[in-house]
Amino acid sequence: MAGKTVRRLLQGNEACAEGALYAGCNFFGGYPITPSTEIAETLSRELPKRGGKWIQMEDEIASIASIVGASIAGAKALTATSGPGLSLKQEVLGYACLTEIPCVLINVMRGGPSTGYPTGPSQADIMQAKWGTHGDHPVITLTPSTVPEIFTETIRAFNLAEKYRTPVFVFYDEILGHMREAVELPEQGVIEVVDRAKPEGKPEDYNPYDTSYEVAPLAPFGKGRRFHITGLNHNDDGFPTNDSTKIDEGNRRIMAKIDNNVSDIESTEEYLMDDAEVIVFAFGSTARSARFAVNRAREKGIKAGLFRPITMWPFPEKALKKAADKAKSIIVPEMNLGQTILEVERVTGHGTIVGLQRVDGEPIHPTEIIELIEKHS
Amino acid sequence: MSTDAKPAKKQKLSVPFDYSKYLRKDKLPHIWCPGCGHGIILKALLRAVDKVGLEKDDICMVSGIGCSSRTPGYVDFNTLHTLHGRAPSFATGIKLTNPELNVIVTTGDGDALAIGGNHFIHTCRRNIDMTILVYSNAIYGMTGGQFSPTTPIGSFTHTSSYGAMEPPFDTCEMAKAAGATFVARATSYHVQDLEKTLKAAIEHKGTSVVEILDECPVYFGRLNKMRSASQMMEKIEKEGTVSVKQAENLSPEEIGGRLLRGILHHDTETAEYCDQYAALTERAQGK
Ligand SMILES: Cc1ncc(C[n+]2csc(CCOP(=O)(O)OP(=O)(O)O)c2C)c(N)n1
Ligand code: SF4
Repeated sequence: MAGKTVRRLLQGNEACAEGALYAGCNFFGGYPITPSTEIAETLSRELPKRGGKWIQMEDEIASIASIVGASIAGAKALTATSGPGLSLKQEVLGYACLTEIPCVLINVMRGGPSTGYPTGPSQADIMQAKWGTHGDHPVITLTPSTVPEIFTETIRAFNLAEKYRTPVFVFYDEILGHMREAVELPEQGVIEVVDRAKPEGKPEDYNPYDTSYEVAPLAPFGKGRRFHITGLNHNDDGFPTNDSTKIDEGNRRIMAKIDNNVSDIESTEEYLMDDAEVIVFAFGSTARSARFAVNRAREKGIKAGLFRPITMWPFPEKALKKAADKAKSIIVPEMNLGQTILEVERVTGHGTIVGLQRVDGEPIHPTEIIELIEKHS
Repeated sequence: MSTDAKPAKKQKLSVPFDYSKYLRKDKLPHIWCPGCGHGIILKALLRAVDKVGLEKDDICMVSGIGCSSRTPGYVDFNTLHTLHGRAPSFATGIKLTNPELNVIVTTGDGDALAIGGNHFIHTCRRNIDMTILVYSNAIYGMTGGQFSPTTPIGSFTHTSSYGAMEPPFDTCEMAKAAGATFVARATSYHVQDLEKTLKAAIEHKGTSVVEILDECPVYFGRLNKMRSASQMMEKIEKEGTVSVKQAENLSPEEIGGRLLRGILHHDTETAEYCDQYAALTERAQGK
């Protein structure tokens, strides 16, 4: 049931903004930072036209605080940043996880640590996505690897945020943020858009953390259901508690709502994997080099395949384990000093896992991957 | 009754104010220590809200972290207890999303002016419609009595055992310089003035900042040889301030080190942020 589709040549960051608009984003709060700024710029033009709200805050902490506030008032809210800004946002991200406020964060990865290499690509924030804020907390992180996929994964990020009442991250590197590809922008209604569940029943009976639901409906502030939200451990009614049973229950529940729905959240691409003996595990722009390398290896008669996590967190444990069981070796190229390789090792326990790491601000070249495929085939 | 301000008119005896319609009674007792000034502020605020005639559904109260920031938990509004210093930023997102809401921020001097200083001044600069109440007790109460950005030089706290060394902020001057269009100072001693000031602050369209001098007897009082809350009120709030009206007839020497009390700045001309945004939206839509 394809509707009227518009085909446009878009930069990754523009495709992200288009995805957000498609998903119904009506609030953006941000602070400029390379290489993510085009998202803020595009939305500063587009949101007012559609009656949406856009604000440039005084820093990244304020930006994410503003979008969490907006979401509490009922908006579908977005912020976008890069490394140094991501570090600043961690405090409020934890707040959004514990208070279960839907919101979407885009991180366009550049070289780090610190100011690092603002105009160069990197994939070194992947572990920060999972462990960045203090305390145990749920994480969903999507890692698209093409410009069209940035569009669709941004929509999916909003859908997952609304469905599971949690912050959702989209992480891609500077190369993807700034490269241009043709993107099909379908008519509204073609791609599913999810809105958060609406509470039912009498306002006075409303509990924002009603544990009879896996994910309790979130009422917007100011629409007749008065309730409390706090970043302290809380009861079903949202008020703070010192009851160790409730604290334990709450901490486990926010993790379980993600863990129990991995099959819904997970997304991977397996390319030429059916008979693969050498697996390349790669994401983002590195997966593009990996695909090229796998094709070349096949031409040379090597049974190589690409395993690409589109959902990075929760990590695609089952799918990777299954794929790895049949493989001779696993190659893990990434633009960091060995982050996702730790997960590949943990999950597969495979004897031959080979890392390929670059942190010089240059992309990983297909020839580098081909060499390793040949060596370990 | 203060000695420096004559009561304007004889107070009519009236039915005691019914706080219970605004309180979440099942969440009481509150956490505040006996003698803490925060409760006086809460009561004055509820009377002010009542006088303005706001509906509970239309009020959103946002706070940061600290004893003062526990206020929202006790009131039957849309209430949000956020992170240390960040309340104005959460509140900005809420207000811009739903400009119909009356947003009230309750914060401490540490919350608003130290960790939240940047958010505070930029919120004032935007002149977004919200009322920020700074419960100013010159100390970090919740963490057990460390000096704050408003602790007077020479005061003793658990982190200034040899007397505070850093000069304090003038909260009101800063709010005004940053762009807040309603700036006032009140105290928990002059409770009727406090109520009136809060009413005017809520009614003002734009960023309103009210610094309310109040007392933490448990830490500031005890460490600075003021044995009781009433002694603190006497010394800091009654003797330490002078009303704007009285100050008109006093020389700077006569005012001395006393802080001015009352509405210090009221600008009704400057456009409010959400109104400006609505105008921007019309321009963007070519209307
Ligand atoms: C990021 C962060 N840093 C430090 C703290 C610890 N902390 C909690 S309350 C507080 C100070 C509160 O003082 P103030 O805002 O003056 O309010 P009061 O308790 O005096 O009412 C501090 C430092 C925290 N909660 N979060
Ligand atoms: S510690 Fe101080 S500020 Fe906190 S409740 Fe007690 S008296 Fe009030």
